[in-house]
Amino acid sequence: MKREKKNRRELSLGRRTFLKGAALGLAATALPFNKADASFWEAFFQKRFHEMNDAEKKQVIERLEREAEQKYKKAIKIGNEKAIPGVLFGYGLDLSRCIGCRRCVYACVEENNQSKDPQIHWITVLRFRKGEKWVDLEGSEKYYNPPMVPEKDYFYMPVQCQQCENPPCVRACPTQATWKEPDGIVVVDYNWCIGCRYCMAACPYGARHFNWSEPGRKPEEINPNTHYLGNRPRFRGVVEKCTFCIQRTRNGRYPACVEACPVGARKFGNLLDPASEMRYLIEHKRVFRLKEELNTNPKFYYFFAYGR
Amino acid sequence: MQYKGRGFTVVCAVVATLAGFLMLLTFLSHSAESENEEELPKKFFIAPPPFTPGIFPCSQCHQGMPANRKPRKLEQMHQDIVLKHMPNGWCFDCHNPDDRDKLRLANGRLIKFEESYYLCGQCHGTVFRDWKVGLHGKRTGMWNGEKKYLLCVNCHWPHEPTFKPIQPLPPPVRPSDIK
Repeated sequence: MKREKKNRRELSLGRRTFLKGAALGLAATALPFNKADASFWEAFFQKRFHEMNDAEKKQVIERLEREAEQKYKKAIKIGNEKAIPGVLFGYGLDLSRCIGCRRCVYACVEENNQSKDPQIHWITVLRFRKGEKWVDLEGSEKYYNPPMVPEKDYFYMPVQCQQCENPPCVRACPTQATWKEPDGIVVVDYNWCIGCRYCMAACPYGARHFNWSEPGRKPEEINPNTHYLGNRPRFRGVVEKCTFCIQRTRNGRYPACVEACPVGARKFGNLLDPASEMRYLIEHKRVFRLKEELNTNPKFYYFFAYGR
Repeated sequence: MQYKGRGFTVVCAVVATLAGFLMLLTFLSHSAESENEEELPKKFFIAPPPFTPGIFPCSQCHQGMPANRKPRKLEQMHQDIVLKHMPNGWCFDCHNPDDRDKLRLANGRLIKFEESYYLCGQCHGTVFRDWKVGLHGKRTGMWNGEKKYLLCVNCHWPHEPTFKPIQPLPPPVRPSDIK
């Protein structure tokens, strides 16, 4: 009797060990041991960006730099500058000056390593006919292509990430791969994004863009000065967005679009500094924010310098 | 004794007058200087004026040439300049007839070409105010440090200052055009 029982246990154990072994074997074939270098496992076990300590961040960035160098055959610096204390970035755009020339759009592409094919633009310039109801953006035209701008009877409004203080995209993200930094910039961790695009659906400004395929950009076109949370090379299947050129602004420089604008319609500064041009324009000019009624509290101020 | 005393008083009076005059002079020049300093922010750098190559200093040709103050059509030089700025304007509304390397404000003050914003600011006061705080015009450099300003004339050709239309860069690809 006892012996028989033992036999049965041996049998059932045998089945279980078989299943265990089979599962392990399957897992082993599924995992790519052929490229099982340290890099793969490091990427597999990478933590969320704000859960990492400085040493771990350094390690991750070194690995990403190495991978990017292999891919693009040139040295790419991935920075990790932290937010400057006492700084909250704000942006101003003078609608009475913008001529709709799209210089900002392409300066942004050059600076921030967006994919060129398929095309990703972080800035969209909308055109409206003067005198028509426009603020709901429904009558806007973004494919306008006249020989010369500005055109008579039209005005232009560039739209990009509004860097909301109350960002709906951040709340929509199921993996917390996007968040608002202490200096007010909403950023994406491209290594944590699962590509569900919920944030794109949540954004009322159409400011988030998706890498439907591997980003198409020639190695010589890659800007090698990057930031982990900004313009570092992205992957297929992740969402990206304007970061106020985090790699420049955290080092004191103006964003690329500000420096590209030929009419000086774009303004940038620290909202917490009473002497900044941003504070002056908010206090002295006619200012509005896009879709204010949604309570997103954008830090992107459209203004009119002409007239008061 | 009496004679010596009078001489001494005269000397004293002359010295006092001279000293007073000097003080007045230094005060005037100082106040003019501080006025200039006050008006512009500390950390900035202004781009040089966009001269046509070889045209400056103006005195290389105008030296010794008598100033003809009569408004007329220019035929020997500067024919390309068509003044579309002020109605009935004329060169010497802004250029200084006696020293061509300087510009002249309405109050007679002579300024360098590098400071031409004072000249523009005489009429365009609100724009000048916005330019000084950094709202009008393009800024490059550091948002929290040294900024580079442009002169009015870097973007606005002073003889015809309206901004010229430019060609826009290509529109984004339409979804229907993606292969």
